[in-house]
Amino acid sequence: MITAAFEYYRPASLDEALRLLGGRDDAKILAGGHSLIPMMKLRLAEPAALIDIAAIPDLGRIDFDGKRFRIGALVTHATLAANRDLEKNAPALWDAANHIGDPQVRNRGTIGGSASHGDPSADYPSVLLALGATLSLAGKSGSRDVGADAFFRGMFDTALAPGEILTTVSFDAAPASAYAKYQHPASGYAMVGVAANLRLNGGTVGEARIAVTGVGDSAFRAGNVEKALAGARAGDADAIKKACSNAASGVDARSDSQASGTYRAAMADVYAARAVSAAAARG
Amino acid sequence: METVNIEVNGRSYSNEVEPRLLLVHYLRDTLGLTGTHVGCDTSSCGACTVLLDGISVKSCTVFAAQAGGHAVTTIEGIGNSGALHPMQEAFWAKHGLQCGFCTPGMIVSCIDLLRRNPDPSDAEIRAGIEGNLCRCTGYENIVRAVRAAAAAMKADEPRRSVAELLPVGAS
Repeated sequence: MITAAFEYYRPASLDEALRLLGGRDDAKILAGGHSLIPMMKLRLAEPAALIDIAAIPDLGRIDFDGKRFRIGALVTHATLAANRDLEKNAPALWDAANHIGDPQVRNRGTIGGSASHGDPSADYPSVLLALGATLSLAGKSGSRDVGADAFFRGMFDTALAPGEILTTVSFDAAPASAYAKYQHPASGYAMVGVAANLRLNGGTVGEARIAVTGVGDSAFRAGNVEKALAGARAGDADAIKKACSNAASGVDARSDSQASGTYRAAMADVYAARAVSAAAARG
Repeated sequence: METVNIEVNGRSYSNEVEPRLLLVHYLRDTLGLTGTHVGCDTSSCGACTVLLDGISVKSCTVFAAQAGGHAVTTIEGIGNSGALHPMQEAFWAKHGLQCGFCTPGMIVSCIDLLRRNPDPSDAEIRAGIEGNLCRCTGYENIVRAVRAAAAAMKADEPRRSVAELLPVGAS
């Protein structure tokens, strides 16, 4: 399959990329291209110009100062999946990175590209919500920080304004975190994916952030589960299971050829309990 | 048109291409390197897998322009009939193929797998070839081949020639 024709630019700096992007709504940013290129081949996307940011220095860095991670938009899933700091200090993201697509897809796909794409079945949005991540968006008049709660707005809809480029994702260490996924056997996408990030006080859950992907039009926080988990004993599987009932409450669960909304909502409970138990075991 | 300068299998090429030309079509149609196959054309099957700066990628999901300034290795650059790569030898010896359509991409993926993990378990081999579909073998002999290649590469065995591997009298 051949894409529609487009102009191709490969700027060497962020400023140049912003200049190229500014003022035109028919251009798209190209990072790893593993969402965009398939869509272009199917002619679901026909941008008149692609601005390939692969040559921009520093967007491929991971910084960890012992407390907070700063991850550049161009960091690939494979790089995250092989990162020991992440495995130990933010394992929910490490889990997700290890189970996206397949090895070749992980070698090309990037965290910034996935987040910007806003796919309702992507893995990272739920993890970034559970981690309380901040997304830094560069624009012509400077950079602004947006919380994950405000960034993921709907199906393929994010807080990125025209002319803006996602540059960095940052979040505090979250050692008691995990991501559990019911993976579609063919596509590798999350039928349902749940990220859990716990703050444990001794043997009990102090605070919980739980987020679900694959079920609604966008990833969402399971507020009622978060509330119900507070005070639960971390090793009490029955209490965790009970707290995770109705994880998709209040959400219009999607029905499509792969699964009914009822099934997706039921699986959200199952995978929420699995993610919480895995996170508690790490704490 | 876009000028791309790409190193393929150790040789430098410079070509004028349309930006929308996919790397797999550049390799097959512009350079005539037809060992890289087009299977599903939807980033699923892995038949088009090549190494980009030593890392496995699906060349149906990379524009040739993106590979500009980088080095590509295709199955033609892995080995040849006089000096097979240990992975190619292992696929042959363990019957890791039937129709052969997936084989170039499969071998390239398996080489990248052993680069990341030189001594994989069977489960790690199966996970490592998740991005490559084979409709003939049921994967059993592919897993055996990768295991054999890992052992051979670990032992750093001198490469044997094809003539030595052929059955007696078959030449």
